Amino acid sequence: MKRTFLVLALLLGASRAWAISDPAEALADPRQEARAVEIGRQLRCLVCQNESIEDSGADLARDLRAIVRQQVAAGKGDRQVTDWLVARYGDFVRLRPPFNAETLWLWLSPLLALLAGGGAVVLSRRHPPSPPAALTAAEEAKLKQLLDP
Amino acid sequence: MNRRALLLAPLGIAAVGGVAFSVLLRRMGEGSFDPRGLPSMLIGKRLPAFTLPGTNGEGFSDADLAAVGRPLLVNFFASWCVPCVEEAPVLAGLRQAGVPIWGIAYKDQPAATDAFLARHGNPYVRLARDQPGRVAIDWGVTGVPETYLIDAEAIVRWRFAGPLAPDIVEHEVQPLLRKYV
Repeated sequence: MKRTFLVLALLLGASRAWAISDPAEALADPRQEARAVEIGRQLRCLVCQNESIEDSGADLARDLRAIVRQQVAAGKGDRQVTDWLVARYGDFVRLRPPFNAETLWLWLSPLLALLAGGGAVVLSRRHPPSPPAALTAAEEAKLKQLLDP
Repeated sequence: MNRRALLLAPLGIAAVGGVAFSVLLRRMGEGSFDPRGLPSMLIGKRLPAFTLPGTNGEGFSDADLAAVGRPLLVNFFASWCVPCVEEAPVLAGLRQAGVPIWGIAYKDQPAATDAFLARHGNPYVRLARDQPGRVAIDWGVTGVPETYLIDAEAIVRWRFAGPLAPDIVEHEVQPLLRKYV
């Protein structure tokens, strides 16, 4: 029982360290380290492209993590650190694309979809489908025949 | 009429999507569109300042590149990089055609770089090494091989990530070299 608890405690403790591959990379100051992790989570690993540099095992991601930590330790703001990387790798390095002329359609597309859907609903409400034409005498007769044989 | 239009609308949307998708696939096949290709931030800018050591003798700096005064290629490579082997004959061909290529060995041991060049040929006019890979980050390098075209005024005009192939040299590098001569 004691051992189970120990294993569980170790596993829980480990989850925090998954953020980076090597604890030796972490900054000594836990607050600075937390900031570096927060910045790194928003930066794309250029090698694997769909992972953040905090999650990636790639060599380049490790270098970029080190740079982020150097800059954080040097007292740079979150924005400054991100801008430094954007200057080299472009907006692509940001996992959350900024709102600008290039990403206008990307950000507005959900709104446009909502407007189009809403418009369609309003239009269909305003013009309800016309009721079907009344049955002809022949059809009435046939229906009666079918319903009560 | 209205109902028919409504029924046809999804078909129309699917048709437009299909055409767009086929154009995308064709452009990917031709190589004129690469969904994984990343635009370089250096295009149209002066190359970043740096000074790097060489493998044996001296390396070079951005000032050395700027002093050439004619368009040239800067190639990031490494002995551990498999596509670089594939690229070697293409670089050798460029060298033969008289195109100056300056090489930067990325995260490589000098001895390993020398062995690689002895085996696959040395196409480089000058050679530098970026052991920690920091200069490569300033250039926005995402991996090796990666090639940059720099004009006579030391402005970066073109970047290609991945091994250069003969058709890329013919359709992109040669026209640019002529343009910026």
